[in-house]
Amino acid sequence: MTEIWVKNACVIDPLNHINGEIMDIAIRDGRIVESVSDRADVIDAQRCLTLPGGIDSHTHVSGTKVNFGRYMSPEDMRAGRTKRKGKMHVTSGYYVPTTFGNSYRYSAMGYTTLLEGAMAPLEARHTHEEFTATPHQDMMANTLFDGNWAVMDAVREKDVRKTAAVVAWTLKAARGYGIKLTNPGGTEAWGFGEDLTGIHEMVPHFAVTPAEIITTMMRANELLKLPHSVHLHCNNLGKPGNYQTTLETFDIVPDLNPDRQTLYATHVQFHAYGGGTWKNICSKAEEITSSVNSRPQIVMDMGQIMFGRTMTMTADGPMEFNLHCLHHNKWSNHDVELETGSGIIPVTYSKKSAVNCIMWAIGLELALLTKNPYQCLLETDNPNGAPFVKYPEIIGLLMSKRYRDEECATLHPETEKRTSLCALERELNWHDIAVMTRAGQAKALGIVNQGKGHLGIGAEADIAIYPIRTDSVDPAREYRKVVEGFQKTRYTIKRGRVVSRDGDIIVDGANATFWVDAMVPEDLKMENDPEFIKRFEQFYTVRMSNYPVQDVYLPRGRRIETEVFT
Amino acid sequence: MIIHDVICPFCGCLCDDLELECEGGKIIKVQNGCALAESTFMTDTRLPAPIRRTESGWEEISYNEAIKETAEILQGADRPLLYGWSSTHGEAQSVGVHIAELIGAVIDNTSTVCHGPSILAIQEVGHPGCTLGQVKNRADVIIYWGCNPIEAHPRHMSRYTTYATGFFVPDAQRERTVIVVDTRRTDTAGIADEFVQIEHGGDYAVLSALRAIVRGKASVIPAKVAGVSKEQLIRIAEICKTAKFGAIFFGLGLTMSRGKYKNIRNAIELTDELNRHTKFVISPLRGHGNVYGSNEVFTWMTGYPFAVDFARGIAFYNPGETTAVDILRRGECDAALIVASDPGANFPRAAAAHLAKIPTVVIDPHVNATTALARIHIPCTAAGIDAAGTAYRMDGVPIRLKKVIDRGYPDDAEILKKIYDRLNGGKGP
Ligand code: SF4
Ligand SMILES: [Zn+2]
Repeated sequence: MTEIWVKNACVIDPLNHINGEIMDIAIRDGRIVESVSDRADVIDAQRCLTLPGGIDSHTHVSGTKVNFGRYMSPEDMRAGRTKRKGKMHVTSGYYVPTTFGNSYRYSAMGYTTLLEGAMAPLEARHTHEEFTATPHQDMMANTLFDGNWAVMDAVREKDVRKTAAVVAWTLKAARGYGIKLTNPGGTEAWGFGEDLTGIHEMVPHFAVTPAEIITTMMRANELLKLPHSVHLHCNNLGKPGNYQTTLETFDIVPDLNPDRQTLYATHVQFHAYGGGTWKNICSKAEEITSSVNSRPQIVMDMGQIMFGRTMTMTADGPMEFNLHCLHHNKWSNHDVELETGSGIIPVTYSKKSAVNCIMWAIGLELALLTKNPYQCLLETDNPNGAPFVKYPEIIGLLMSKRYRDEECATLHPETEKRTSLCALERELNWHDIAVMTRAGQAKALGIVNQGKGHLGIGAEADIAIYPIRTDSVDPAREYRKVVEGFQKTRYTIKRGRVVSRDGDIIVDGANATFWVDAMVPEDLKMENDPEFIKRFEQFYTVRMSNYPVQDVYLPRGRRIETEVFT
Repeated sequence: MIIHDVICPFCGCLCDDLELECEGGKIIKVQNGCALAESTFMTDTRLPAPIRRTESGWEEISYNEAIKETAEILQGADRPLLYGWSSTHGEAQSVGVHIAELIGAVIDNTSTVCHGPSILAIQEVGHPGCTLGQVKNRADVIIYWGCNPIEAHPRHMSRYTTYATGFFVPDAQRERTVIVVDTRRTDTAGIADEFVQIEHGGDYAVLSALRAIVRGKASVIPAKVAGVSKEQLIRIAEICKTAKFGAIFFGLGLTMSRGKYKNIRNAIELTDELNRHTKFVISPLRGHGNVYGSNEVFTWMTGYPFAVDFARGIAFYNPGETTAVDILRRGECDAALIVASDPGANFPRAAAAHLAKIPTVVIDPHVNATTALARIHIPCTAAGIDAAGTAYRMDGVPIRLKKVIDRGYPDDAEILKKIYDRLNGGKGP
């Protein structure tokens, strides 16, 4: 039995309606409990800001694409390297760090749970191998279905139940967590070098539209009672004028679930552009947020960009190629048979570029214009918009108008004309930030009842104690203290163990991987469907029996079983 | 007993549809595999126990003794080298990286003598590729450049390219155009629709000419480029541009000939150029079953696919300096651990000779040419035969190798873990 007693903590726990109370937290065997014995280890939080462990609901840290980003970038590996130290392995990399690098740096920032944003089922084993080497965070993987042939066939047949059955089979095979759609239909079109330009355009050869894929998948998702909603990277990412596609997409989202959103729209900054060319691109954050503000069924994340060098990596292969044609830097592409695509290119976001400055402003506008912080989560689509180590700066910007103004003064003059950022007075408070970095994520991912994102009795003891005294720091003026404070916790506690102290990892990791085993009626099981099996054996290049991820790849797998539908 | 859907661990194709008949801990029949698969599963030259060199020959020693002495050799070395890894599973590779990190060794894999230059090119310009199923289902133009799959990857054409029935290519034989580019007329050239014969060392020039033609600059091309006629080059460029989906596969003929990584860079840039007209991909034909896995494991753990030097405490990478062949050739290395590979047969003579001068330990299921240079040879399981584990196909698809029989040998990952424990004062990685 291990016990910890955290005393004098200044707790913000939005899901339990606690906002800055000084209180004690008792931990036993990894969970938060009423009280502990007097043999418990004592941590004096000294009235520092204490939050549930951070949760990243959309990041790219593991798997084929991420590792290829490392593989092709020795220049980045050199840009961030640390020696072996105590329990810490060697790390390399800045914007695509090695697995240990990701894990240690996230842990130092108080993050204890991560959702990998994109896993191709065929390559799921790879993602899980890297999860095991990312030991200090609980992991889960969004599973890509945007170009899944069996899904598109079922969608064409307007068969929600069958769509659900394909999803259930695939999630189980891949040990995946939820449904990810990246440029739905577009990744299939990219198989022959094409892309789609709107949600009502037909996917070549499959006679379905992105809109049909999205709606059918939302219904299948709710039929299966998956903990998370459909997680969508909209069509037309990064194209001037794309806000219309985004709004059209939001318009087709029904409200199907009383407990959480029906659609999680990711990195919306990249989808909120007005204008028609790179010359006249402008912000449509107001239109996007007014749509979200009136639709509780939608949660989005910012997809904030920050200035500097990073790497874009997404399943959206055609988008990456277009970007490559603009940047002329190195380009990798990796399409996955019957499932999805992917692309990678390095980018530098520059303050000298009007486009980049506008993108930067749009991300912040989205967060500041969304009324309910549960509907706009703080993310950078790590590392696409910026590496996650930039989150503290984003927090600083959201909490301080002065910081934003100082930054804006260094930007391209067009920023002020083509965005409304400078006119926004709103400054987010500590509670908003706690929502946007953990409570909101836990709710959106459907893991509150797994004990994530809050500090109530029975919750998993994932806790971040930051060296910030909210009673003495004025974030509006002292934003540097805020930024520094969020960069390094005093203590990061993971499942009841102190894993990180003042930025150093002090124990070996013991993370868990959450995955969903969605139940379907016996007669719908794909493993018994002769047509499904036949197509699988004909067109995949691995045998169906070798496809599912074996249990050995999830040494601490946490299976979430859903209730069977009828 | 018949075991279905067995994965052949021999080459980078990792065919996963073999059928093995086993009886009493022995494999008696291999079906669906090529000749290479057959010999992989059927021939077994394993030592009964670890051996150590004596003044006059070899003596058998216990595993414990072999492990202890290996740890001592590594502990006592100033510049240890851990090399090989491409014929074992990721689990062993991962322990290898941990050992290298712990003792400040250089760790390198067989890419160093095969597709290392391809990796360098990819690090400069990226890699437009895909999984093999994309090629099987879509490609109507296949180019084999500087490789002879009929010999080295015998089922590549039937499973993934030329003869494979694909969703959009139902009649593979008729609908696919196969182009073979090589300096000599190989078996593979024999089945080509177009065979492009290049003079030795002329690949770079031919690639440049094709790029120019694709860009609409045919007028600058002379009548012959490295022995290839301008007409043929124009024809090839046209076939590529009008393809629905084209796939280039290249081998050591391109990677290791004059120009080396510059050839690959040029080929990738040609692919990039072709993507402005249609869909095109390019991929190296990786040799050893899990060489790509060693690149993957090294990369997520250290940041680099091969040639990683931990001597400075951080992971340092500088091919040409931190590559195994160079470290050996310079005589810098004073102890070597060779796992699942045979540098004795594949390295330049000077590099291999140095292995005989220093204490070299081999952990490998089979006796090979490196054994002759070694001080100790520790036999172990063979990944995919009597050990399960992860391997990455040449296109990055991870596959779990099966354990089909039990021969009572310890897994190399287990042996390595014990070595690690000894080096780390009894604590695991
Ligand atoms: S082609 Fe390669 S993987 Fe396939 S059976 Fe032959 S040797 Fe084995
Ligand atoms: Zn993403």
